[in-house]
Amino acid sequence: MALAQITDSGPIGAETTQRGGPLSRWASQHAATLILGVLLLLLPTVTGDFILVQVAGWAMILGIIALSLMFLAGYGGMVSLAQMTVAGVSGYMITVLGASSLPTISLFWPWWVAAPLAIVIAVAFGTLTGALSSRTEGIYTIMITLAIAAAFFYLTLQNWPIFNGFAGFTTIPAPVAFGINWKHPLPLYYLILFFAALSYVAVVYVSRAPFGLALQGVRDNPRRMEAIGYNVTAHRVAAYAFAALLAAVGGILMVWLNNQISPGSAGIEATIDLLVIAVVGGLGHPIGAFVGAIIYVILRTFALDALVAVGLDGRRFQTIIGLGFLVIVLFSPDGVIGLWRRWTARARSAQERNGP
Amino acid sequence: MAKVDGAGALRPGEERPLSTIAERMTAAGTGNAIELRGVSRLFGALSALTDITLNVRPGERRAVLGSNGAGKTTLLNCVTGDFPPTAGTVRFFGEDVTMLPPHERIRRGLRRTYQISLLFQRLTVRENVYLACRGVSRGRFSFIRTRASDAIMQSVADLVSLVHLESVIDRLVGELAHGQQRQLEIALALAGAPRFILFDEPAAGLSPNERGDLVAILTALPPHIGYIIIEHDMDVALRVVESVTMMHNGRIFKEGAPHEIEADPEVQELYLGGVHA
Repeated sequence: MALAQITDSGPIGAETTQRGGPLSRWASQHAATLILGVLLLLLPTVTGDFILVQVAGWAMILGIIALSLMFLAGYGGMVSLAQMTVAGVSGYMITVLGASSLPTISLFWPWWVAAPLAIVIAVAFGTLTGALSSRTEGIYTIMITLAIAAAFFYLTLQNWPIFNGFAGFTTIPAPVAFGINWKHPLPLYYLILFFAALSYVAVVYVSRAPFGLALQGVRDNPRRMEAIGYNVTAHRVAAYAFAALLAAVGGILMVWLNNQISPGSAGIEATIDLLVIAVVGGLGHPIGAFVGAIIYVILRTFALDALVAVGLDGRRFQTIIGLGFLVIVLFSPDGVIGLWRRWTARARSAQERNGP
Repeated sequence: MAKVDGAGALRPGEERPLSTIAERMTAAGTGNAIELRGVSRLFGALSALTDITLNVRPGERRAVLGSNGAGKTTLLNCVTGDFPPTAGTVRFFGEDVTMLPPHERIRRGLRRTYQISLLFQRLTVRENVYLACRGVSRGRFSFIRTRASDAIMQSVADLVSLVHLESVIDRLVGELAHGQQRQLEIALALAGAPRFILFDEPAAGLSPNERGDLVAILTALPPHIGYIIIEHDMDVALRVVESVTMMHNGRIFKEGAPHEIEADPEVQELYLGGVHA
């Protein structure tokens, strides 16, 4: 799919020719990221718990899971609709292995056993998904992963011994660890921010590492990748494994924030929402996943009130999201990131025309 | 020189007897770089290659000529494994590689270029060449970025300057001119330590100047690196090889030195005097 239009700038292995020491050079290259990071660190000083957790926190979690889709689709050319399912698997596993309001199912293992184990199981699941779908291309990848997502949804809906059917689980607190109760809004916010930043930096870094570059080679021309010595199938499956790791982390944070998980958490609707987030944000750069997520969460949170305020039915907020998706995809197939890149490019060329 | 053994002198339509065990045993010991035994390739009911037997020595430079549809590219595809043969065996430096996937053959020192450039359009020239160098070395799955001081980056720079693409090294390949893409195609095939290269119409679409560069690159290759070249431009093809294989309708019908092939009346009638004069 030709969704991702632009690769990252910054030549591999090339020294940039800016003046100044390595530190200031690094800082000037990453100015936007650093400013955003500082703002997010300071966010708790200006907003209340609701914005902190339900808006910023929720957006960052969806961003992490959407990032796993961006990694596969943007760098690997593989649109996997099973990434929300991977998050669902780890979310369910942390609940089943850890604590919940259902002592008949949950094993109440400590978080430092339950969380890593949940991630391992989810990564195994994601890798298996990759092994099944990596020999297919385009629409067939979408169909296979959608089938896997649908199968998992109906499994959770109908299976009571492990997944507790349509009721799901409630009261799944984030653990108390290192003397901090992570279920409180402020620690939870910083926990989510830490993993969101870590995921983002990891994807940006890996995209210029041999593994990530080779993945982009597989996206552009799998046959040629074979003809220069790469095992394309193995590379694709490995990409699914790495993406599953991101989604699994997001899945655990998701249940710790929502305090519940049920079939709908990783259902078909959630799967489509995740695709909308990734595409609206833009698959051309990892930040797109988070941009898409914050737009989605803001619409989801405030569109209802805004609609009621202008005298319309509040339940029409899905229509607003749908229209927004349509407008963005229509005017910018590479999402908000693509819009932003075109605007800055135009501004730069206008500046050059006007002289220094 | 270059009187090539095997079933070279088959005429179109002539049936070749099955290779005997004795013949196969000799073949294993001859140390050929490329050795095809009874290779056939069917596409549905269409027979693109019929019972091809071909030996190319290490370091030998061979042209494969023939009209369109003669099976030249299919022959290369069978050697690299892009399309495996439907019958017969392919040996690379004595090793039976018939069942190996393409990447395993590449890692053993086989390389190829494509008739229609198969490049990574959304990556830069440097990244394209880097991928080719990394593909035949360790660390293909590495999560650690390659430093500018790494030896592999020097190989990348050397290859890029070999094909005169220094000025566009950080441009996206999709933005390059056709001739530059053809040059890059060749750079990708020279990565690492190639032992044998298959060139599929490397001069297609090149300007006269670029053709001169191509001939210079091919003749300057270290003598231990052999190649097979498919080329319609006789000026290029016959200047850079020591032996020629003529193909027609999926069969080999003549092998010999360039001057023999040029002088052969049958070849002239079928090929040189025909469409591609």
